[in-house]
Amino acid sequence: MSDNSPISYSDKQYKVLGTRPVRHDGADKVTGRAIYGADVQMSGMAHGKILRSPHPHARIKAIDTSIAEKINGVYAIATGQDWPDLIDKVADLGEGAVNLHDLAQNCLAVDKVLYKGHAIAAVAARDVHVAEEAIAAIRVDYEILPAVTDIVEAMQADAPILHPGLKTETLEEPSDQPTNIDRHVHFETGDIDAGFAAADVIIEREYRTATVHQGYIEPQVSTALWNEDGHLKIWTSTQGSFTARHQTAELLQLPISKVTVTPCEIGGGFGGKIAVYFEPVAAMLSRKCGRPVKMTMQRDEVFEGTGPTPASNIKVKLGATRDGKLTAGQAYLAYEAGAFPGGVIGPGAMCIFSCVELPNAIVDGYDVCVNKPKTQAYRAPGATQAAFAFESTLNELASELKLDRIEIRRINGVKEGVKRVDGPVYPRIGYLECLDAVEKSAHWNTPLEGPNRGRGIGAGYWFNIGLKSSVSASVNPDGTVHLLEGSTDIGGTRTSIAMQLAETLGIAAHDVLPKVVDTDSVGYTDVTGGSRTTFATGMAAHKVGLDLLEQLTARAAMLWECDPIEVQVDGDLYRFGDQQITFKQLAAKLPETGDPVVGRASVSPEGSTNGFGVHIVDVEVDPDTAKVTILRYTAIQDAGKAIHPSYVEGQMQGGAVQGIGWALNEEYFYGDDHKMRNASLLDYRIPTCLDVPMIDAIIVEVPNPSHPFGVRGVGETPIVPPPAAIADAIYQATGVRMTQLPMSPPRLWKAMTQR
Amino acid sequence: MAKKQLITATINGEQREFACEPRQSLLEALRDGLQLTGAKEGCNNGNCGACTVLLDGEPVVSCLVLAVEAEGAEIETVEGIAAGGKLQPLQQCFLEGAALQCGVCTPGFLMTTKALLDRIPHPSEEEIRFQLAGNLCRCTGYDKIVRAVQAAAEGEQT
Amino acid sequence: MQDFDYAAPISTNDAVRLLSDPSQKSVVLAGGTDILVLLRERRRRATLVVDVKKIAELNELAMTAEGGLFLGAAVSCSRIYREAAIAQNYSALVDAVKIIGGWQIQSRATVGGNLCNASPAADSIPPLAIYDAVAEIATHSGRRQMPVAEFCTGVCKNVLARGELLVAIIFPPHPKLSGAAYQRFIPRNEMDIAVANAASYLELDKAGKIQKARIVLGAVAPTAVRASAAEESLVGQEPNEELFAIAGELAQQAASPIDDMRGTVEYRQHLCSVLSRRTLTIAAERAAANK
Repeated sequence: MSDNSPISYSDKQYKVLGTRPVRHDGADKVTGRAIYGADVQMSGMAHGKILRSPHPHARIKAIDTSIAEKINGVYAIATGQDWPDLIDKVADLGEGAVNLHDLAQNCLAVDKVLYKGHAIAAVAARDVHVAEEAIAAIRVDYEILPAVTDIVEAMQADAPILHPGLKTETLEEPSDQPTNIDRHVHFETGDIDAGFAAADVIIEREYRTATVHQGYIEPQVSTALWNEDGHLKIWTSTQGSFTARHQTAELLQLPISKVTVTPCEIGGGFGGKIAVYFEPVAAMLSRKCGRPVKMTMQRDEVFEGTGPTPASNIKVKLGATRDGKLTAGQAYLAYEAGAFPGGVIGPGAMCIFSCVELPNAIVDGYDVCVNKPKTQAYRAPGATQAAFAFESTLNELASELKLDRIEIRRINGVKEGVKRVDGPVYPRIGYLECLDAVEKSAHWNTPLEGPNRGRGIGAGYWFNIGLKSSVSASVNPDGTVHLLEGSTDIGGTRTSIAMQLAETLGIAAHDVLPKVVDTDSVGYTDVTGGSRTTFATGMAAHKVGLDLLEQLTARAAMLWECDPIEVQVDGDLYRFGDQQITFKQLAAKLPETGDPVVGRASVSPEGSTNGFGVHIVDVEVDPDTAKVTILRYTAIQDAGKAIHPSYVEGQMQGGAVQGIGWALNEEYFYGDDHKMRNASLLDYRIPTCLDVPMIDAIIVEVPNPSHPFGVRGVGETPIVPPPAAIADAIYQATGVRMTQLPMSPPRLWKAMTQR
Repeated sequence: MAKKQLITATINGEQREFACEPRQSLLEALRDGLQLTGAKEGCNNGNCGACTVLLDGEPVVSCLVLAVEAEGAEIETVEGIAAGGKLQPLQQCFLEGAALQCGVCTPGFLMTTKALLDRIPHPSEEEIRFQLAGNLCRCTGYDKIVRAVQAAAEGEQT
Repeated sequence: MQDFDYAAPISTNDAVRLLSDPSQKSVVLAGGTDILVLLRERRRRATLVVDVKKIAELNELAMTAEGGLFLGAAVSCSRIYREAAIAQNYSALVDAVKIIGGWQIQSRATVGGNLCNASPAADSIPPLAIYDAVAEIATHSGRRQMPVAEFCTGVCKNVLARGELLVAIIFPPHPKLSGAAYQRFIPRNEMDIAVANAASYLELDKAGKIQKARIVLGAVAPTAVRASAAEESLVGQEPNEELFAIAGELAQQAASPIDDMRGTVEYRQHLCSVLSRRTLTIAAERAAANK
């Protein structure tokens, strides 16, 4: 099994943390009873559908819904004209700021469509079939405009312009020329010229990566009911119920108290279920027809109408001395924003040099609008593209210098006290410990034999965020504790959060009963994203545990008529002199001895929890077809403290396989007409189980100093290293260095034949 | 509009009658008509396996079966696996092996796995991966799913 | 989904009558794995869906009196590969039906449907063609037969006229010292559409020389194509790797592929060589073992 114990750098002993209990929501999930967004059924419910643009760029001259309105069973039709007046207001949505005007236009276009699949009109009808018929009966008069879907072309002076009024947000004086570049970020440290002058070897390479999608299995789905009393209720598949509430309230210009969002079970998100698509539109339809309205996307709508993560064009220049010490680094990154400004260039630019100490560096990043769906976060947004470019260049530098690939990382690797190029100084981190684990691993120490095979390595970093979380808890007389939280549970966080409360109280994991509740029922909580949930909501669970402990100690003291500070707590045992009482016994006495014991906690930890990972991969490349087979894969990562090791391994394995898909086959394939050709799960090739081997996961635990149990986020880092590691393995197998993703068979075959 | 038809089928061992339009898929009939929402819609064109049910013992994607085709058929869905108020070993192995994260693909995986173990009680890893290739999972990287199937085949609960 | 009526006739004649109804725009439903997607995405229009799975004849899978194979048009892929005798005799067909979609698709999808759908990349068509299989078609005036190789007339086009129904595919007997194989190239290992595919058939004489060869390529032209020059280069020769490599190179001549999301012209040309060579190698091994 892959359930090897983590390699721990802590001497703390825990009772609950580090064990592998069955998840609290397990029975519901294996019996089909769990209520996902699409499983919501309501009395009198109507079904909504969206009309989408067939053109990548066009002006909407007129929309005629008159025929559609007359179809039997059609209840309501909405268009962009139904939006309230929205000023250019920017709302902070936790994991990034959003311009509401753009967000509204993305949910339902007003005067222009900016990508194929852009929503234009919405219909509510008796069932989805009638709604589809009505959609087909809506007539739109377009003025077709020239489009641009390639990021390099979009940056040219003569490119078709998506937003005529757009000005580049930059430190420099903005130009008056029309542009698709909405933002320029710039970081600088040291003296770049002196740094390159001190180098014995300089390598400069250019990379391209394709647009890729999160590929969650459950399509976007929302149900909205605009009640006669003016209260809007939404049941939806979202990573953040509060951000869904916030966005919907702002878009519809409603007071936030008038909107309740109930997060349903969510069938994957990976960053793609933070922005709203259907919530405000279903609400508009519901207001018009007086019924609850459910809207579900089809798979092509998911690909073409929701946010993928950007294609990129990256240049990296590295200089090093003969003994492998980096002297300077320069990076240029251009990332797609998609149809509207506001992509993930920031984190991409911040991450590109995050694994090495660089005394002299410059990073320039550009966010570029193109006629593709508005991009969104995808697991470590922006970092994977950057790591592909940086780690590939570093591997090439190692071979140029005839240095071991681990050695060059050790020489330059970041540790506590090192300043990242964009400014922050690292606290205690576990990058070098991950490299140690690589060198001790069975995989690294087993020679790879056979022709056409190669072993690759790549590292990756993701910040992991903190943000705000709230929980409340109440002690039941049977010795259990109900824990209410606002973090939607995508991959088992109910359990990893509950375990932290259980540890704090010294009780069993299953004596904490976690529940994800709606936005009326718990304090504000930011999105499940940024690898923050087990860290920050877990921190809140610990804090609420301390609150309960204090109250329980006081109650025990009351029973024994002593001072609470005289009560000693050891696990679930409360002691005073030779008297003692267990948590369960004490809980049973609560009803008859005083007030109910309830607790609440909120946290808003700042800064990053700094997740590092290193992956090893063995590939075999078919010399005839250039098809790459993953023979063996090991993911190593510093989790700080693995609360539930199985789910930490699961994050590492799942992230690695998404990274394998990104590396080898996944891409938005566009025709010359700027239309996506492969908007299905058949032609957008995410890995099947036959495409990957077992993924070994080695957890390293270097405790995070800013969490009571040492937790770091773990979810995102594992997608970062795979493309670079696989490119390296392909080089080792074939002698060909791939600089473009995906490294699909036709592309690799071409590179191999041109060698 | 085409007239609704009355269909009789055995669903999870119980004879059921339901009315459906010819254009409705079996998936739609199960979910919306019969309130059996365990089978999930992931792609609605046969590419993801989330809506897998057993039709006369064979795994099928219920989005590519018309409900009217189910006349007289025997259908098993994820709701029918657990019996007598107890999870079956296969379900238990998925839970104890942490073989699900978001869980939306899980009903489909359970149904294909059930069909697999009915036919090949002790499949090799290669056989498991080949037979489950029609079920996509985006969360787990498949490692723990394959191990859970192996554990279920071994009759052990890891 | 668009609105349509549904009928499930139990005889071929009833089916033909329904399909001939001029007041309806009818389509045939066998496994449904293609047609339901087309109808849902409105790439095909229909007012009547005729389910042919309840017709006994179309569900027949049996040896013919001549010792060949009668494959009813509504027989599912999974039924084919579970029948051991077929696996033994028509191994290229089995190679194909095992990899059409995943298991769930194979439970429903039919070779008849795969043929009628007439996708250039269809997995089962090259195997049918190398065996010189014959399509039996029911019409309102009776039956007609034609070589499967001539059944498809273009991308997603076939010879069937209104009111005609594919009843079965009939394979000639399988001689001793013959063998065949099918392979496709896909970027994933399952659940994918062929970038290119190839089926090869070899018949050896008693001296071990090739006396008959068939190579049919798919996904490299509007319909599956025979690589005649490659076939000719093999006849009279002793099977060996070098010979197959040369035949593979010649096979490229038959291909006229396009650039699309699945591959480039050059890559597909190249794959023709690789897949022809690989299937010939397996076909030769199977032929030698089939004494």
